[in-house]
Amino acid sequence: MSTTTRGSAVVTLPADDQILIVREFAAPAANVFRAWTEPELVKRWWAGTKGTVTGADVDLRVGGSWRWVMEANGGFEVAFHGEYREIVPGVRLVFTEVFEGIPNADEAYAVTALDFTETDGRTTVRMLIQHQTQEHRDMHVQSGMEEGMQGSMDALEDVAVTL
Amino acid sequence: MARAATTTDAFNAVAEPRRREILDVLAAGERSVGDLVAELGLAQPQVSKHLKVLHEVGLVAVREDGRRRLYRLNGGGLKPIHDWVARFERHWEDRFGVLDAVLEQMEEPE
Repeated sequence: MSTTTRGSAVVTLPADDQILIVREFAAPAANVFRAWTEPELVKRWWAGTKGTVTGADVDLRVGGSWRWVMEANGGFEVAFHGEYREIVPGVRLVFTEVFEGIPNADEAYAVTALDFTETDGRTTVRMLIQHQTQEHRDMHVQSGMEEGMQGSMDALEDVAVTL
Repeated sequence: MARAATTTDAFNAVAEPRRREILDVLAAGERSVGDLVAELGLAQPQVSKHLKVLHEVGLVAVREDGRRRLYRLNGGGLKPIHDWVARFERHWEDRFGVLDAVLEQMEEPE
């Protein structure tokens, strides 16, 4: 395996109300952290190949808020917002996360903790999403379904290569 | 909202943490009820009850070995759950594939 070989996200459900996403990146932790916290970088990747990021507000301090908006290729908007709780550059980022598309969204927030571990210039990101109930967790997993169904790996490769 | 019966399908069967623990142990290889009791520190009737549920939804298979009944994981039974999570996984992998490209273009940190 060459050093540029991409990792592959692994999703597990460690508890009824949690989602764990683990992925390795061929980049130092400082850069991966920046990609998650600098609006201009967020805009370039967060929508994946399924849309365009139309807003990425980041007030990176504990208690500061964030709001990211993407317009999916189908034309509809998807927005998330939350508040930063822990910020250790290049190491750990914890924030609350609200999906604005559901009723009483603000009460149904999840807490997402990102841990960045660098080894030999590569970084493993461990993203633990803690929901308040199994129902919310299940809705969250379900939400990725439609887009995931449509997503063809070929399209992904095409876009990634041209960036 | 009333919960669906545990034996409705694999999703309901694995909603119970103890049953997930049993599946974890069986993933490592065949076990008798006695083995599971010893490894998990649960009472034998409890283990038997959980195995019955897991067997009904097709998550474990059983075979006779002399006087013992040996249970094993039936991976195929987990497929609906795997498929459900896999779609979410592809959704994130779609994003991360683009992030890979962004990271490649970034300068090394100071």
